[in-house]
Amino acid sequence: MSFLRDEKIRGILYQLITIVAFAMLALYIAHNTAQNIEARGIKTGFDFLNNSSGFDITESPIHYTTKSTHWDVYKVGLINTLIVSFFGIVLTSILGLIIGVARLSSNWIISRLAATYIETFRNIPVLLQILFWYNVVLAAMPSVRHSYSFFNSIFINQRGIFVPKPIFLDGSIYIAISIVVAIIIGWFIRIWAKKRLEETGKEFPLFLTNLALLIILPLITYYATGKPINFDYPVLKGFNFEGGKTYTPEFLALLFALTIYTATFIAEAIRSGIEAVNKGQKEAAQALGLSKMQALKLVILPQAIRVAIPPIISQYLNLIKNSSLAAAIGYPELVTVFAGTSLNVTGQALEIMAITMGTYLVISIIVSLVLNWFNHKMKIKER
Amino acid sequence: MKRLMKLSAAVAMVATLATAGTLDDVKKAGVLKCGVSTGLPGFAEADSKGTWRGLDVDYCRALAAAVLGDASKVKYVPLTAKERFTALQSGEIDVLSRNTTWTETRDTTLGINFAGVNYYDGQGFMVAKSLGVKSAKDLNGATVCIQAGTTTEMNLADYFKTNGMKYKAITFDQNSQVDDAFFAGRCDVLTTDQSGLYAKRTKAKDPSKYVILPDIISKEPLGPSVRQGDDQWFNIAKWVLNAVITAEEKGVTSKNVDDMAKTSKDPEVQRLLSKDGTMCKNVGLEPGCFANAIKQVGNYGEMFERNVGINTPLKIKRGLNALWNKGGILYSPPFR
Ligand SMILES: N[C@@H](CCC(=O)N[C@@H](CS)C(=O)NCC(=O)O)C(=O)O
Repeated sequence: MSFLRDEKIRGILYQLITIVAFAMLALYIAHNTAQNIEARGIKTGFDFLNNSSGFDITESPIHYTTKSTHWDVYKVGLINTLIVSFFGIVLTSILGLIIGVARLSSNWIISRLAATYIETFRNIPVLLQILFWYNVVLAAMPSVRHSYSFFNSIFINQRGIFVPKPIFLDGSIYIAISIVVAIIIGWFIRIWAKKRLEETGKEFPLFLTNLALLIILPLITYYATGKPINFDYPVLKGFNFEGGKTYTPEFLALLFALTIYTATFIAEAIRSGIEAVNKGQKEAAQALGLSKMQALKLVILPQAIRVAIPPIISQYLNLIKNSSLAAAIGYPELVTVFAGTSLNVTGQALEIMAITMGTYLVISIIVSLVLNWFNHKMKIKER
Repeated sequence: MKRLMKLSAAVAMVATLATAGTLDDVKKAGVLKCGVSTGLPGFAEADSKGTWRGLDVDYCRALAAAVLGDASKVKYVPLTAKERFTALQSGEIDVLSRNTTWTETRDTTLGINFAGVNYYDGQGFMVAKSLGVKSAKDLNGATVCIQAGTTTEMNLADYFKTNGMKYKAITFDQNSQVDDAFFAGRCDVLTTDQSGLYAKRTKAKDPSKYVILPDIISKEPLGPSVRQGDDQWFNIAKWVLNAVITAEEKGVTSKNVDDMAKTSKDPEVQRLLSKDGTMCKNVGLEPGCFANAIKQVGNYGEMFERNVGINTPLKIKRGLNALWNKGGILYSPPFR
């Protein structure tokens, strides 16, 4: 038995024992579950995914009717989760960056405002914030008959924001092409501007130029090809507005709450990132004659972001998971429609919960893989 | 995500809990765990002192009185529509008494058994008076507030489809959020069991501003349910309900139950209340079990009038819920 004294072997042995014990426990639970479910006469299996759901979903990005299956319900829920998560992440990153930088502003009022924002919204549970914004939207907006109207084509009321929806006709592909072309040209301008900066030291208004390019080129194409985009305008019919695109109060409240809440954490991550940048860097930037803005943009932020990325990744993941709180206000994301209504209709809690949790796991893993890869790429390359 | 965790924890409990005798468990615990709604006036609602009241609550109390001899030995577990069946399956509650519709799918696939019907209902619609809507057929294009996990959700889709009408459903988890959204004007229509509409209307700032449409679009027999696979407990749940219905039929009330037990010449009343307790023993309870329930909680009619009847804010007439010999369909098999 002397090999037991070898620490390495002992370590492996312990691990083996743990794995076996865990596997046995898992098997026991699975077996027990199957037996209990059988004994109680609870239906099992995944056939229900092919049955038609029999209920309607209000906001569906893909074609969906009451004849669609529970599998379609799953897809609608998943896409809605992804939509709100995507916009949430984009908006919260922008807001978080602004607040994080403002927090360190030398202007006392700005920095106090940012600090107050962070302290307030970070410490209120996000579910309460979702409900709060939802009820604010409902209470503050006028009823359908008294909607705020802008140019008779955009309407705002308790039922949401109604905007014209573009309908793409035949020639619209050229507009898409023109956007791509604008981006490519912009990219060349960037290379040229960089080279010029290095050679002559003159800055070029890159952002403005490219923005103008991105607007003007497609606009010209639009008129040149005979306006191939039509708009479907919302109109008041009976109870509600019909046509156009609707952003519901549920979607807006959820997006708003998730953005505002998560931004507090992102702001803190950015702040600690900035504080982690060596003071000498800032002084060196000043010594080079860079303006405050330039120093922030060119010297401080690129280094700060590197420190901030890992905590920001976990905030993105939190945002995605928190989107499931939408069940409280009825935004039809995965948990609301699939782990909610489908579960109610079929009663197959075990299967549906397994699929739902598996889905969140996969989303989380994909997001962290992508961001970790990005993090790796951004790391300071030692030369 | 929290809710998700809670649900999956309950699912996991299904995995580990073996079916034991519920009666023994309840007796050992000395308290009946009863699943009720989170707050529906007249059916299950906690007042400002935390005392639960309502028709569904009274069933829990009658059951506790029959099983434990004390109607107050109940632990109320408020459940949303979505949570209720998992809570029952997992053993978090002993009985579910929460305006739950008895349907084929629920009875056969969820591992539960319905003990009977304590309120015959049907799905209706409530709208703001100012909309001028007279019938459900006028609701084409309306936005409808509903609660997730209900039969309501499914009937609604059926009804609008059969009538070739469109609607937008806004589905909430929490009952209170459904009400808030509707009264704030998010939806044109609130739909649920008609009894629920009467209950919810009492919560409006000005109830007279809302009307309940005459249309009934479904059958909603509401009743208590228990876990499948425990026949003894199922029998108890069934016959306590039958006992309070039979009591009304025979004129036995909480006030006269002691006298009736002694003086009544009606053989069925004697069997129901008898001291030798054959009927109670049949279901596995102590003698006097049904008498206890009636004495402490009352017969069905008393429960009804106390909680939802014409003298309560809900002002519901007996209608279908009158006894079979009084123009309704309430009918208990005989105590024999
Ligand atoms: N009877 C229907 C609907 C029951 C139901 O949940 N109704 C809602 C709306 S009235 C309710 O009572 N909610 C109370 C709660 O969630 O606490 C069913 O069994 O599905």
